[in-house]
Amino acid sequence: MATPAVKGLAAVQEAMAENAAVKALAGLATDAKFDRKELTITVAKENIVAACQAVQAAGYNFFEDVTAVDWYPQEPRFQLSYHIVSHSLKERVRLVVQLNSSDLALDSITQVWPSANFYEREVFDLFGVTFQGHPRLTRIMMPEDWQGHPLRKDYPVEGYR
Amino acid sequence: MAPIAAPDLITPGVEDVIADAKRHAGTGASEHSMVLNMGPQHPSTHGVLRVVLEIDGEAIVALAPDIGYLHTGIEKTCEAKFYQQVVPLTDRIDYLCPMTNNLAYCLAVEKLLELEIPERAQVLRVLLNELTRIQSHLVWLGTHAMDIGALTMFLYCWREREQLLRIFESVSGQRMMTSYFRVGGIAMEPPLEFAKWVQTFLDSFPSKIDEYEGLLTANPIWLGRVKGVGTLSKEEAIALGVTGPPARASGVDWDLRRDMPYCGYEKFKFDVPVMTEGDVWARYTVRMLEMRESVKICQQALDMLAGMKGPLVADAPKVVLPNREQMKTQMESLIHHFKIVTEGFAVPAGEVYQAVESPRGEMGYYVVSDGTAKPYRVHMRNPSFATLQALETMCKGRLLADVVAVIGSIDIVLGEIDR
Repeated sequence: MATPAVKGLAAVQEAMAENAAVKALAGLATDAKFDRKELTITVAKENIVAACQAVQAAGYNFFEDVTAVDWYPQEPRFQLSYHIVSHSLKERVRLVVQLNSSDLALDSITQVWPSANFYEREVFDLFGVTFQGHPRLTRIMMPEDWQGHPLRKDYPVEGYR
Repeated sequence: MAPIAAPDLITPGVEDVIADAKRHAGTGASEHSMVLNMGPQHPSTHGVLRVVLEIDGEAIVALAPDIGYLHTGIEKTCEAKFYQQVVPLTDRIDYLCPMTNNLAYCLAVEKLLELEIPERAQVLRVLLNELTRIQSHLVWLGTHAMDIGALTMFLYCWREREQLLRIFESVSGQRMMTSYFRVGGIAMEPPLEFAKWVQTFLDSFPSKIDEYEGLLTANPIWLGRVKGVGTLSKEEAIALGVTGPPARASGVDWDLRRDMPYCGYEKFKFDVPVMTEGDVWARYTVRMLEMRESVKICQQALDMLAGMKGPLVADAPKVVLPNREQMKTQMESLIHHFKIVTEGFAVPAGEVYQAVESPRGEMGYYVVSDGTAKPYRVHMRNPSFATLQALETMCKGRLLADVVAVIGSIDIVLGEIDR
């Protein structure tokens, strides 16, 4: 029933050598895992646009979602998860970028997929991660004059008192 | 007490419009355009959507949606709840398809737990999901037609919707916020008469769709308002993240039920309607056809259920609550009940993304577990949120009155946009 997870870049590249995303990201991936039938590939933050272009060229044509996970107080603190699906291959890949709390900025992927616009604004609003090159990076959920980023783990559930 | 400072930006959405330097491109607009505010309390914005429009006469030059009025921090709340306590929160995201939300979340957690649920529960989930889809499409059709001026449709659609809400009430005790699915299965057995009620509905509904089509499909006033309005090409739909009926109306042949089956959808036979026009008319047609397909799926599911016996929950005593009788007669069940209610159940560490086809498009739940009884992070990828990005593309250069038709045709639910 349960399929064992494949962890580590070398193990994934060996087990899934024919996978389009694994092949496309051969030069950019820093880590990978295949867990619960989901492929996750980690790339360095400066390579995210290149990685998106590479998977797009490999047939992963539809950007679904980007969100963040706050691993406070661990470092690297933020994990950004991009979900991209291929309509022709009927497969999904998750690209992951790790961010240290000292430098919460990375390149926007809106030039690759314009649909990332609102999602990146949401991550900026709720986590405080900055996307360089975004057409209009402003708060989207919270009021314009809001202080803090509510989905961070050091932000209490009931707000500051 | 310090004096309260006035906010710097009184009308944030207006800057959104003005900041778009390309807003005049291709519209032929000149310097005498004006900015118009629509919403957040406008009756045809389907909730609290605010749209800031720049218009030149009656033509739309630029448009910016301003959202967040319904933001309640559901994603943050989820992190403070046990896994099983999140289910009622998911109903409140997209309040027109609560069962679809329940399903997406439960499937995600079941994937984390690597839990198989019995086939009978899967078929019942599919049946209720398709009924939810019909119910949601009825709300869309009623309000969309009402926005355009066909007031009768609203009453007709609500009449059939009422039948469905009664069925939901009979299984879950609630008309709208059903919370009927559980991690590991389904909360309780449906009532004895359930199959009969569903069958009555399925028998009568196709003729009701004919009735709606008789009112709208060949109606010249309706056609005048929807044909060629709000066009979106296939490339634009993919670039802007549009999913579900609006994408299929633009020629994107993609339906998660068929292409990435979940919950046993591969066992059902149905067609996926696809159109290429990409206008309001195509979105209307796709949804009308989808309702007919949903009836087919419901009938197959109901027939399957008739021959099925067995439990509606997985055999996982540490995850699924025992039934009342066991709990009151068996020591072990009592312990499990106590542990699940007071401490929840631990979920192995990991991350999953589970997408389902909601009435509005791709609804994905991204759940991250750190091995404890509370989710570390729950994120919802909601179809309306992405589809709203395409609003400007659809409306630009069209008339002001078309904005209402287009907003109705993309069938947004503000609850899932703002969460």
